[in-house]
Amino acid sequence: MAMLLGRKIGMTQVYDKTGAITTVTVIQAGPCRVMQVKSKESDGYSAIQMGFEDVKESRAKKPALGHAAKAKTGAKKFVREWRLSDDAETEYSPGDDISVSVFEDIEYVDVAGTSKGKGYAGVMKRHGFGGFPASHGTERKHRAPGSISSYASDAGHGGNLKKGKRMAGRMGGERVTGKRHRLVSIDQEQNLLIVKGSVAGPAGGYVEIRQSKTGK
Amino acid sequence: MKTEIMDSVENGSLKKEVPYFEIGDQVDVHCRIREGSKTRVQIFRGTVIGRRGRGINETFTVRRVVNDEGVERIFPLHSPNVLDVQAIRSGKTRRAKLYYLRDRVGKATRLPQRHSKHTITR
Repeated sequence: MAMLLGRKIGMTQVYDKTGAITTVTVIQAGPCRVMQVKSKESDGYSAIQMGFEDVKESRAKKPALGHAAKAKTGAKKFVREWRLSDDAETEYSPGDDISVSVFEDIEYVDVAGTSKGKGYAGVMKRHGFGGFPASHGTERKHRAPGSISSYASDAGHGGNLKKGKRMAGRMGGERVTGKRHRLVSIDQEQNLLIVKGSVAGPAGGYVEIRQSKTGK
Repeated sequence: MKTEIMDSVENGSLKKEVPYFEIGDQVDVHCRIREGSKTRVQIFRGTVIGRRGRGINETFTVRRVVNDEGVERIFPLHSPNVLDVQAIRSGKTRRAKLYYLRDRVGKATRLPQRHSKHTITR
């Protein structure tokens, strides 16, 4: 397994050897400092905590600085854990750096990011509802959700909504994991991971990259 | 910073030497075509009527008339399947996009020849 934190740079296209074009997302990943190594005995589970990108020292909170000092570094902007199985032994210790080289020989990765916020969105945009016809007598409800329940759905109590009924509301701005992106190439000098397809979130957004569990 | 990184990624896919041709040139486009397991080179001859995009997205449009039917092909300039573009005759033009040629038939589609250094007149 392997994991790294990074920043989405943007999307472009590259040609492969056969001349086929591939749409790719460029991610600047790592080097990530190992901030803490958690173990079953001391923390109840084992994990590697890593940090990406320094906070300006004058703006860092003192607890964050103290925590980072154990790894001989400054406070980090983006800190996440790489969860390990309980009996796993790790070669990393606080203060080590993890770079894109951990993804060598890995073909597929999962990339998690925070999707772009869409604000308060209607059901057509948020859940892909069909809406109503533009004409043929439709009035004032072209994008409406339609019936949301019936009088009989909660017998004797005059109708009730089913829990989880899809309606309008806040859309986006949530964690989205894109699974099984083919890792097209790695640039060790510039710490770049180039993955096939699109990744959630804006260019410049933080992402977590993990080795894909499906299809190695 | 972002632009530099993106450029460095795209540069790997760009051609080192881009064939030189201009709008209005009559060109031979050598393209690699896959037929099952075999590959061969097909030549598409026509007039360059436009060029758009930049970097990896740059494409050019070549128009020719086959059996009284206009055929236009859009080639990605940096595609490895576009092996070569040879200009064989330069045309004198006053526009960057020669879409007006679509409305013309027969002799009216010809462009006056421009004598250019980069074309070998054959």
